[in-house]
Amino acid sequence: MLYVAIATRGFRRYSTYRAATLAGIFTNCVFGVIYSYAYLALWAQRPDAGGYDATDAVTYVWIGQALLMTVALWGGGTTDDLAERIRTGDVAIDLYRPVGLVPWYLAADLGRAAYHFLTRGLAPTVVGFLVFDIVLPGSAVATLAFLVSMVLAVVTSFAIRFLVASTAFWLMDQSGVKMLSGLAALFLSGMVLPLVIFPEPLRSIALALPWASYLQTPADIWLGKRVGADLLAGLGLQVTWIVVLVGLCQVVVAAATRKVVVQGG
Amino acid sequence: MGEALGVVRDAPRQYARIARLWVRSSLSYRASFAMLTLASLLLTFLDFVGLGLMLHLIGDLDGFALWEIALLYGASGIGIGVADLLIGSVEQIGQHIRSGTLDAMMVRPVPLIVQVCADRFALRRLGRISQAVAVFAWAAWSVDWTPSKVVVALLMVISASAIFFALFVTFSCIQFWTQDASEFANAFTYGGNTMTQYPLSIFPSEVLKSLTFVIPVAFANWYPCLYLLDREDPFGMPGWFAVAPPFVAALMCVIAGLTWRTGVRRYTSTGS
Repeated sequence: MLYVAIATRGFRRYSTYRAATLAGIFTNCVFGVIYSYAYLALWAQRPDAGGYDATDAVTYVWIGQALLMTVALWGGGTTDDLAERIRTGDVAIDLYRPVGLVPWYLAADLGRAAYHFLTRGLAPTVVGFLVFDIVLPGSAVATLAFLVSMVLAVVTSFAIRFLVASTAFWLMDQSGVKMLSGLAALFLSGMVLPLVIFPEPLRSIALALPWASYLQTPADIWLGKRVGADLLAGLGLQVTWIVVLVGLCQVVVAAATRKVVVQGG
Repeated sequence: MGEALGVVRDAPRQYARIARLWVRSSLSYRASFAMLTLASLLLTFLDFVGLGLMLHLIGDLDGFALWEIALLYGASGIGIGVADLLIGSVEQIGQHIRSGTLDAMMVRPVPLIVQVCADRFALRRLGRISQAVAVFAWAAWSVDWTPSKVVVALLMVISASAIFFALFVTFSCIQFWTQDASEFANAFTYGGNTMTQYPLSIFPSEVLKSLTFVIPVAFANWYPCLYLLDREDPFGMPGWFAVAPPFVAALMCVIAGLTWRTGVRRYTSTGS
């Protein structure tokens, strides 16, 4: 119940800024339009690139815009608060709460993600549907699997962002690491270009890394490119990375609380 | 009149003084500074890698080879890079309004716009510019240069910076009305940058017309680059558009200035 309460607060905190949400939706749509035309030009010249047709490619663009903020690809979200609290020393208060640092921030981040999904996820998707006639998931199973995959994507991204924020225990400031990590996410999630059209061996490598979870895996489920055993394998890889990354988060928290003198204390 | 000239004359020095303080401050987190500079360079580089991978797949995009796209990309990148370095901080105006620091700035004997633009001056943004310059230089190698092309290219780079400069200021002014809508401006600044990285012929003609007559970013690189590449405009726009950028840029800067003044006049502080 406690975690639900934390998540609700995370949701409300972001829902306060309505103008920001509208501005963000507008921006997502503008970029959606730009990339749609770029991909249409590409697919006009190579109609089967990456096993996608032109409609799949444009749909992929709009799924990307919808997931961009939901998974907080650029960083941000509650882990930014954590980094700031480490810098100022306020994290000491977090550490003596009777709740773990990781679940506390994860719950708040899930609340944030829910808000971003309902606004900056759904609205651009509707625009893409109306303007570019994107395809919707073909079956109830695909829809459900997409939603599961998206939640897994948020948790994966949270774990990575948490690790990035934790570097502030040693570096005092996360901004450099955060931006480098954002870059890796941008490129290796398939946001710049779908991973499926990367040349080999880059393609296979990128598909095996945790960032594929952010966009490529959920998008392939949505587009019906992953069904049956392939779908389970995709979700399985997402879960595997979560186990590894959240495990790492716990190790880092343990190391930080043992070794690091908190600022100001 | 003399007083107004004095203000303009002092502005660069005042700007430099504030900027220097921020550079020193950012250098105090050395690891972050190094990583941020590297990241700023890589960020735009990855965009280019994306274009490269695309071209690797299809050979040319709408008849434009990679080096030609690199020319467009480089010109647009230098433009937004210079504008972002010098006045990118104007995006933060909403935060200044919310936290009340804008009031403090208003009573200081330095023009408001200078303070807002120099605030949080980030030298790391040089990373982005140097990457764009490198791509541009690589593409320029293949251009068939003539004296008139050199002039057009120089005017293009200066005008592109001024055009993005005006876009940053104009659309950041929206925050005088709604403080938390800073992202709105991104659609025009970074959106304009992203659009002009592609040959504009991939867009429908309505898009090109709006980028020419409404939000004229097409003048930042597209029209001059067509001239540098000896290409006819696929949409049949007149050839003299290649030398129009300085005028377009000047007009946009005037609009930006007026918008800024209107915004500042309207500003009544948060009262807290």
